[in-house]
Amino acid sequence: MTKVTLTVNGKTVSKSVEGRTLLSSLLRDDLHLTGTHIGCDTSQCGACVVHVNGEAVKSCTMFAAEADGAEVKTIEGMANADGSLSTIQAAFKEHHGLQCGFCTPGMVMSAAALLKDNPKPSEAEIREYLEGNLCRCTGYHNIVKAIMAASGQDVPAVAAE
Amino acid sequence: MPKDEGIGASSKRREDLRFLTGKGKYTDDINLQGQAYAYFIRSDVAHGKINSIDTSAAEKMPGVEQIFTAKDFEGVGGVPCGWQVTDRHGEPMQEPKHPVLAEGKVRHVGDPIAVVVADSLAEARDAAEAVEIDITELEPVLNMKDALKDGATKVHDDLTSNLCYDWGFVEENRDAVDEAIKGAHHVTTLELKNNRLVANPMEPRVAVAEYDGSTDDYTLYTTSQNPHVIRLLMGAFVLGIPEHKLRVVAPDVGGGFGAKIYHYAEEAFCTFAAKQVGRPVKWTSSRSEAFMSDAHGRDHVTKIELAMDKDGKFLAIRTDTHANMGAYLSTFAPSIPTWLHGTLMAGNYTTPLIYVNVKAVFTNTVPVDAYRGAGRPEATFQLERVVDKAAREMGIDPIELRRRNFITEFPYATPVAVEYDTGDYHATMDKLLEMSDHAGFEKRAEESKKNGKLRGFGIAHYIEACGIAPSNLVGQLGARAGLYESATVRVNATGSISVMTGSHSHGQGHETSFAQVVADMIGVDEAQIDIVHGDTSKVPMGMGTYGSRSIAVGGSAMVRATEKIINKAKKIAAHLMEASEGDIELKDGAFTVAGTDKSVAWGDVTLAAYVPHNYPLEDIEPGLEETAFYDPANFTYPSGAYGCEVEVDPETGKVTVLGFSAADDFGNIINPMIVEGQVHGGLAQGIGQALVENCAYDENGQLLSGSYMDYTMPRADDLPMFKVDHSSITPCTHNPLGVKGCGEAGAIGSPPALVSAVVDALQRGGHTNVTHIDMPLTPDRVWAAMNS
Repeated sequence: MTKVTLTVNGKTVSKSVEGRTLLSSLLRDDLHLTGTHIGCDTSQCGACVVHVNGEAVKSCTMFAAEADGAEVKTIEGMANADGSLSTIQAAFKEHHGLQCGFCTPGMVMSAAALLKDNPKPSEAEIREYLEGNLCRCTGYHNIVKAIMAASGQDVPAVAAE
Repeated sequence: MPKDEGIGASSKRREDLRFLTGKGKYTDDINLQGQAYAYFIRSDVAHGKINSIDTSAAEKMPGVEQIFTAKDFEGVGGVPCGWQVTDRHGEPMQEPKHPVLAEGKVRHVGDPIAVVVADSLAEARDAAEAVEIDITELEPVLNMKDALKDGATKVHDDLTSNLCYDWGFVEENRDAVDEAIKGAHHVTTLELKNNRLVANPMEPRVAVAEYDGSTDDYTLYTTSQNPHVIRLLMGAFVLGIPEHKLRVVAPDVGGGFGAKIYHYAEEAFCTFAAKQVGRPVKWTSSRSEAFMSDAHGRDHVTKIELAMDKDGKFLAIRTDTHANMGAYLSTFAPSIPTWLHGTLMAGNYTTPLIYVNVKAVFTNTVPVDAYRGAGRPEATFQLERVVDKAAREMGIDPIELRRRNFITEFPYATPVAVEYDTGDYHATMDKLLEMSDHAGFEKRAEESKKNGKLRGFGIAHYIEACGIAPSNLVGQLGARAGLYESATVRVNATGSISVMTGSHSHGQGHETSFAQVVADMIGVDEAQIDIVHGDTSKVPMGMGTYGSRSIAVGGSAMVRATEKIINKAKKIAAHLMEASEGDIELKDGAFTVAGTDKSVAWGDVTLAAYVPHNYPLEDIEPGLEETAFYDPANFTYPSGAYGCEVEVDPETGKVTVLGFSAADDFGNIINPMIVEGQVHGGLAQGIGQALVENCAYDENGQLLSGSYMDYTMPRADDLPMFKVDHSSITPCTHNPLGVKGCGEAGAIGSPPALVSAVVDALQRGGHTNVTHIDMPLTPDRVWAAMNS
């Protein structure tokens, strides 16, 4: 067992973990942050995306031990300080960018990482960036709209209806 | 003017807050005190005889509680099938036993053989490595036509053959159809495959079960679209637990698409094992397990013939389909290629004679059952593709050929036993042509040509039967259940309302749209209403959500219960205002007496029901809670016209979907935003089937597409922005909301439109020998077709 200490959503936590424990398991099983979801076992689906030191990471591809000393942000840490939805979260709700909600945490975390690096992405750039996040419900249409809206761009210009 | 609230408003979803903040509660988020973990050891061969299972070393491994094999399930029932199809000769289908754990033989890769239950998942997996299983491999049965040959290896030794049933519909029409085809001016024939798919809801299946020995109560938390159905199937047929001792909860469920309708062995195992080991037992499917244990979809091989007169008027249709059942019969499997497929073969057309033959076949593959659309996509695909081919052969524009044959008078009784109540197929076609700028297509095709690309446009018109289904009808057809729905409306003393519905939401947004309906009927804020679903201890009964039945059947039950509430509330209001009950009107949450200024608020009436100091106790009971069961009089018949525009790169065969337009008639709409979202999702799954998805086995029965590394899911950059429209409305005539359902349409109408678009592109590029390409239209298949 290895002791890891990391900051998760602003709180410092220490846990003993097995070498094989994944960051996704640490978050879900040990820290009870069940908003991070596991949708596959080949690092394809992106439901487990979190931010590690500000970068989007599939938490199933990283050992918990590797996150020692890191600053981790999960979906539970995405709302504004007063508890209201952040701009991205609010845009997903406004534009119906989620249905069953299972891929949603990973989508929101990926969208946030995209907008940090590229504040005004084109539709094509959004679609390309989301290659690592699978959604089976929405056909991505309203997710793309939500991210455009969250970036302050004109949604009707991309929405074809 | 869009409405802000109630029926017709795009109310934002109340579910979203919890899903967007990580507070959704899915089954895998549920952990029970002291739970053990189950790890399934599954067959890695398609077909084999189990010689021995040695668990002795594994039992001594750290953390192991118990290891289960088939011998622990002696006296326990098999996983049941919920539908018995009768064959052409009046005989029942062949129905093999489906044991919870394999007995003597394994019949597909993924067939569960043994289960390790241990303190942790890691320990269970480690111990599973130490279980020694000796299997003699047998020849796998894979090709459906070979499987039916005399002397073929049998999947089930105790059945007479690999044929589940040979179904003919309508059998009495068989000779007349043959005659019509023989004498027709022209017959277009098309042979095609409807590719095997995996539903792939993003949340894998999970089961967590506990048993309380002091009360003999079981609780199962499971990823289900219909917890009451699981309670019935598992309780009555597998484990022998009466309903009042078995609670089944399906909390937040991360998508279903059909794959979470069925009762699965893992649910029964966890429930059984929880009692055996005396602690809760949890199983979480990995994605790899999901690929080899979730029921698959489609997998038909079909020949369809369409006979026409010289003007292109359809005279007769004859189809011959082999439908793969897989190794065992999943819950609804036998009904999919029959009653949900043959009955839709008329499509939108007036074809007077139709004969559908389906041979359902057992193979050494994962069981096949309903996947979004369920039988209707298979019917629509072959019909719309053969119509497209016929248009080319007859030299008639494919839109014109469809229009010549559209049904225009309703109600319309088809020759395949269903009666369409309403529809306006010319209206949806007109709308589609407008929204897809069909008039500008030729110009766009010229532009593509200049860029060295081939552009094509494909069209499909679909009909589906939703709102499944009249119980007496499906009973005659072999269903072993009724298909009504229930709702209880509980009005609390202060006027707030809890609605318990037997429908289950796993992405459809019922918590929002169902509340809109009740709010509209009573005239109170949506915020005063909560929708409760997914728990057999809270909801009286439920047949669940599939077949686009929630609003048409579950919504109708809710309307009926709300009507009862309103009727009773009016009696109370009449008493409070000392007026005649017949004069009471309810509007905007207040009761008034017609022709007077007397008024009493909703909350005053509800309070009187629970504090009956001034109350007509001699006439009515206190309280305000009503239940209704609704059994539909007919199916509903959504329809629509879909258009797909593609560009094909002739160098590589790569298909790019440039645009997709969908003009639907869903009848009345409760929440347009949610409806559009349902269509988007259906389109993505249909385009996925046509373009990238394929569940493939090799010649040994090994599952080649066993993970997201191998099974291509449509990704954001595979898809365009969609154009969707639902303004063509012909309300359903037989349910109180006039609704038809919208959940499956996108997946039904899109595959033929896309394939026809690619064929059109290739034809325009001079590849006139290409009349069909089997899905998925991957670059290599398209390139091969161009260069054949």
